[in-house]
Amino acid sequence: MSVPILKQGDILIASIQSALSDSDLVELRDRLAEGVGRARSRGVIIDVTALDVLDSFATRTIRGIAYTTKLRGAVTVVVGIQPGVAYAMVQLGLALEGVETALDLEEGLALLREKR
Amino acid sequence: MSPEETRIPITSETDIVIARQKGRELAAAGGFSGTDQTLIATAISEVARNIVEYAVGGEIILTPVEHQGRRGIRVVARDEGPGIADTELAMRDGYSTGKSLGMGLPGAKRLMDEFDLVSANGQGTIVTMQKWVP
Repeated sequence: MSVPILKQGDILIASIQSALSDSDLVELRDRLAEGVGRARSRGVIIDVTALDVLDSFATRTIRGIAYTTKLRGAVTVVVGIQPGVAYAMVQLGLALEGVETALDLEEGLALLREKR
Repeated sequence: MSPEETRIPITSETDIVIARQKGRELAAAGGFSGTDQTLIATAISEVARNIVEYAVGGEIILTPVEHQGRRGIRVVARDEGPGIADTELAMRDGYSTGKSLGMGLPGAKRLMDEFDLVSANGQGTIVTMQKWVP
């Protein structure tokens, strides 16, 4: 299932609606890397509120998105990591090093505004 | 073979999602909290991905278990892939012969209460994990 990407000003918002397979995530990565250039975006928000699992592959891919968009001149903020998901990531030994996170979409937008 | 077991064939990455959703469902039915359901689903995701990445095909077998009045869930991941030459090394954080971060198996072990890995070169791999309702 393709993730809808919304454009709000100079921010792209990837709003994940349902469980994603590995290839859905890779597709999202490619579309965001390209979309940042096309929309001349300065920020990207990945909303993972709907995800009930962030395993090692998903974490690595999201980190890859953040690093890729940074090289394209945009800051990525991951928002909406659920409490159980956060705990599972800690147990797995995974972190989103160097990636901005915020509680929810609103906080994510505020964080990006601060960064201007 | 227990009549209660649920077998999910794992041949492609979409099966990983199916396996972890089924695992969450069974964990919920078995009385696990929301957080524990997430831990179990995540552990299933890791071992199922191992099958797709290294073995091409295999299966996940989910079984509700009961032992001395405690309820839990057993997750078995079985494949007939090339096997793991050095299981001790495979359980080390950050060790991987594939594309992954090498957190899959040791990570899954931390997410569950019991973890057992049996594998030999050329003979496939069986991971057996259990978690108990606290």
